[in-house]
Amino acid sequence: MRRNRAVNILFTFPCVFAFTMIILIPFFYGLFYSMTDWNGVSNDIHFVGFGNFRYLFSSPDFLYSFLITIAYTAINIVFVNVVSFMLSLIVTSKIRFKNFYRAGFFIPYLIGGIVLGYIWQFIFNNALVAIGDSLSIQSLQVSFLSRPGTVIWIMSAVNTWQYAGYIMLIYVASIQSIPASLMEAAAVDGANYITRVLHILIPMMANAFTISLFLTLTTSFKQFDMNLTLTNGGPATRFLGTPVKASQLLAMNIFSTATANRMAEAQAKAVVLFIALVVVSLIQVSINKKKEVEM
Amino acid sequence: MARNSTLAQKRRSTHPSQAVLGFFVIVLFVLFMIPFAMVVLNSAKTSKEIIYSAISMPSRWGQLLTNISLIFNNPTVDYLGAFWDSTVITVVSLIVIVLFSSMCAWVLVRNKSAWSTILFMVFVAAMVIPFQVLMYPLVRWMRVVGEFFHIRLLGTVPGIVFAYLGFGCPLSIFIFHGFIKNIPLELEESATIDGCSKGKTFFLIVFPLLQPIIVTVLILNGIWIWNDYLLPLLVLGSNGVVQTIPIAVTAFAGAYLKQWDLILTSTMIAMLPIIILYLFAQRYIIKGMVEGSIK
Repeated sequence: MRRNRAVNILFTFPCVFAFTMIILIPFFYGLFYSMTDWNGVSNDIHFVGFGNFRYLFSSPDFLYSFLITIAYTAINIVFVNVVSFMLSLIVTSKIRFKNFYRAGFFIPYLIGGIVLGYIWQFIFNNALVAIGDSLSIQSLQVSFLSRPGTVIWIMSAVNTWQYAGYIMLIYVASIQSIPASLMEAAAVDGANYITRVLHILIPMMANAFTISLFLTLTTSFKQFDMNLTLTNGGPATRFLGTPVKASQLLAMNIFSTATANRMAEAQAKAVVLFIALVVVSLIQVSINKKKEVEM
Repeated sequence: MARNSTLAQKRRSTHPSQAVLGFFVIVLFVLFMIPFAMVVLNSAKTSKEIIYSAISMPSRWGQLLTNISLIFNNPTVDYLGAFWDSTVITVVSLIVIVLFSSMCAWVLVRNKSAWSTILFMVFVAAMVIPFQVLMYPLVRWMRVVGEFFHIRLLGTVPGIVFAYLGFGCPLSIFIFHGFIKNIPLELEESATIDGCSKGKTFFLIVFPLLQPIIVTVLILNGIWIWNDYLLPLLVLGSNGVVQTIPIAVTAFAGAYLKQWDLILTSTMIAMLPIIILYLFAQRYIIKGMVEGSIK
């Protein structure tokens, strides 16, 4: 028995130790630093209470980043899920080469945000402009990435390109778990394709929709890599009378605050991001609980 | 006769819609693949050619090899070194994560105590914490710990592997936990009766049974670690001795501003290994992604 206990401790130790050192301790430090005047340089750190948080909600650049992150997330939820649902219908239909298509649509997900950001920056700043020049289409001659009003939509489009293939896989798995006899029976009864999708497929896929919804939500909220290399936050715009960066999402706002050595302020912003994610997860957990009861 | 006509009708009524769908899919697929085509086309051009036109065909495909050799022989960014470091970091982290997470998960499932439950809950809850809350305290903490024990955690491979174990283990433990719960206990009991020690039981009986779920854990963590940018940036630094590919790509793009011939070639080189791997292990990767997301 004692040997069993020794094995238990030995087996759990590596993960518990790494987890404590890498996540738990930095997490509590992080909460603490958000209430200090930490600047990343001086070791002399003072407790300042909730001052940083009060400051955040009166600083336009943070409010702007927070709001466009919510907008960006909302657009993504619609874009990604509509496109990936469409793709999943296509690759589960009777067309030829559907496995080839399914494999192909997933490739963008493998690339990684940093690399694909550069690629799309080139496409928007160079390729599309070149097309505009050669065909004399004026609307293409100015890069989409330099238009503050629509840059968020462009980022969502790129994000959709990256994630649609992944979410598609979740929908495909869900569609394949629905008994084929159900759809066939409805077809025999004379229901056309759209009716079958609306009245059989979609209700049966409720679980997959919840998963995909929250997956898109959390990944959009934490978006950083692609934001950095596609737009680097630009172009400049104004919000509440202050100059701000039109496409600077929350994670990037945190990053650039810390780069300016305003560490405590960056930490407070990160805590706000954390709280937002906790709220989202609690909602997700409660939805899942409700579903279990219904089942 | 009547039967023939209905068959013919059926064929006529489904055929056009199938053709439309087929055409639509091809268009969509081409749209999805255009970014890759842009990368390859423009990687085979000189900077001048790209400025002249970003959408034309390259005049000389041999330029592709010239660009590739320019990148590998580049004095500012050591691409080959970054490749090697990325590979070592990813492979070692994956081995460590799979081994330690499965050991930990097994103990948490089989050892029914309040401690196991609490520990598991803590791991699961920690998955909500965004990296942004941890990143700056983590760097400071790693420096403090390193100085205290006279070891170098920042800027070294062991340091970042340890960090990846910490960040990777909660999700991995969660996935292993779900799988191990469904392995019948009888197997392990009979091994114990036959005189197998607890450690041996795990490595000889349980671990081989985990093979399908190990693939899932490898793929989920592998794609993440290979493409990860922020953690290597903070732990290894942007011009440290140890580099990863995403850092090398950003360093390159920063040093050769707007020299798209070289930047795009560098992104192509960064994408190739993972796409080649995908072509060979496609079935496993798709299966792993689906299982990882649904859990």
